[in-house]
Amino acid sequence: MGGATRGEPAIVTARPEQRRLYRTRDQRVVAGVAAGIARHLGVSILWIRVAFVVLLPLQGLGLLLYAAFWAVLPLQPRAEAEPQRRNLMQLLPFLAIGMGLLLLQSLVFGPMGATGTAGWLVAVIAVGAGIIWHEADPERRRLWSETLPQVPWLGVVVAESDRRAFLLRFIGGGVLVSVGLIGVVAVYSPVQNFDAVITGVIFALIGLAGVAMVAGPVLWRTYNQLRAEREGRIREQERAELAAMIHDQVLHTLALIQRNAADVKAVQRLARGQERTLRSWLYKPVALPNERFAAALEQVAAEVEDTYAITVETVVVGDRETDERVGALVAAAREALVNAARHAKVQTVSLYAEVEPDQLSVFVRDRGAGFDPATVEEHRHGVRGSIIGRMGRHGGRATIISEPGSGTEVRLFLPASRESIAASRDSAGKDES
Amino acid sequence: MTDQGEARGRLRVFLVDDHAMFRAGVRAELGLHVDVVGEASTVGEAVTRIAALEPDVVLLDVHMPDGGGRAVLDAARRTHPQVRFLALSVSDAAEDVIGLIRAGARGYVTKTISPDELADAVRRVAEGDAVFSPRLAGFVLDAFAARPDAPVTDPELDQLTNREREVLRLLARGYAYKEIAKELFISIKTVETHVSNVLRKLQMSNRYELSRWAADRRLV
Repeated sequence: MGGATRGEPAIVTARPEQRRLYRTRDQRVVAGVAAGIARHLGVSILWIRVAFVVLLPLQGLGLLLYAAFWAVLPLQPRAEAEPQRRNLMQLLPFLAIGMGLLLLQSLVFGPMGATGTAGWLVAVIAVGAGIIWHEADPERRRLWSETLPQVPWLGVVVAESDRRAFLLRFIGGGVLVSVGLIGVVAVYSPVQNFDAVITGVIFALIGLAGVAMVAGPVLWRTYNQLRAEREGRIREQERAELAAMIHDQVLHTLALIQRNAADVKAVQRLARGQERTLRSWLYKPVALPNERFAAALEQVAAEVEDTYAITVETVVVGDRETDERVGALVAAAREALVNAARHAKVQTVSLYAEVEPDQLSVFVRDRGAGFDPATVEEHRHGVRGSIIGRMGRHGGRATIISEPGSGTEVRLFLPASRESIAASRDSAGKDES
Repeated sequence: MTDQGEARGRLRVFLVDDHAMFRAGVRAELGLHVDVVGEASTVGEAVTRIAALEPDVVLLDVHMPDGGGRAVLDAARRTHPQVRFLALSVSDAAEDVIGLIRAGARGYVTKTISPDELADAVRRVAEGDAVFSPRLAGFVLDAFAARPDAPVTDPELDQLTNREREVLRLLARGYAYKEIAKELFISIKTVETHVSNVLRKLQMSNRYELSRWAADRRLV
């Protein structure tokens, strides 16, 4: 009897609150039933396994009990990360003993009678039913419903990895149940007559249908009750989340607005910042600023809004991944925005970006003071140089169009890939408008 | 089809919004430029009073109970197609207003708009023009982007011409009509025509992105 586990499961005494009966994940050979019972009762696993094997010859009672426990007991919730691998080799000794006992029984007591066969067949039915029952495991259902939120049971058919396994198990379970039923009827029918067997099977099915009709509504009601409770819990959780957000942010902002009511710019900045935060909380953007171009631009616009208390109207058409060159484009756009905020003396700046297959373009426009590009001061030239220079270093292009009194527009172009840089250089001449 | 006579006189404007403070503010500000002939805070009240008063322009809030601005629009357009609707929205998100525009509104403005710009928008809508914010222009560009796998049933409705695309791009960049006309060397009237055409396509195109937006809002 090699491979048997240690005598005392040490966990039971250390954690008295875990007295609920589970099928355990570790130390399980087939389904963890024996290990779970052993842990719950506080006895050695070996004795429980021996008990199941010894009960086998009693018309398959051992198998029946095992199947019943397997169907009813839930699997222990996954606590640790690594899953325990099942050691099926541990099963062999017990199988051998079981076979031996059955052989002994048939030798001593003669071949199995009707009740013996019937008992075995009932056990087979129980195993088949248990297999089908486990297809309705709530954990598995959760996995399915994540695949297809609207129709959870349909998710079963769609989920690739589980589909074949599900069909096999369902069919296998169904076959076992029907074989068991037919077998029981065949054993108990008085004459080995095909019609009688069919009649018997029909009666058996009618009996099952009757049980289902009675038990069905009760089960359905319980299921609905559980689902309603779960939904109530989720709603409560969301409400708590909302309350926390309102308390932390919105009340805070409103208090600040009341305190700074005389400072119009501060009020505007607070209101706009809070509006932006609330909107992003509502619509939960799926992109991170360091991953996607549109998100990065919007973050830059938000920073400039907060720092300089102006409004940046952002419009982005299309999107793509960020890389080093795209990051440089975003940084150049940021500089253009900061310039507009500092020098244009205006309340609103427009930021427009378009992602086309072969190039990205960004336009920063304000209707402010403007300047004459021909007569730039030294520090402005340095700043301009950094925008134009930065774009040039990454294969892009920057154009600054300004007229005193009618605003400024900074146009930034970045070819999407190295190949289109050459193409854009060729056409750079005819683009100026 | 522009109503030049009304544009020169004082326009008759009707307000529909369930937020009383906002209505009071708009009434005070707009009252300097136009005649605010009435207000309504529910869909039912709006439909009956619009039918009774027959204003030139209706300022219509998007989000209201009992079907929102959409319900008012559907009911009023059946009986009074000459009334023009301008949608009001709290947010600048195109998804909020696309349903209303596809139902017949001539554009939208956000509630943070200044009184002068609001009066100007009302006047433009009364004259038959469309009021597009830069963000809506960006959304239209996105929705009508040439995708190789998108089925095009009616090229006239489902695609933008190059000129319309240019005009939309300039709108999205924050250009006013005057500046667009100067940039593209066309007249302001031509710009208005292009924008009206885009509005018509926006309303009637069966492009998947547009019908999906409308359907989503209806399900919500």
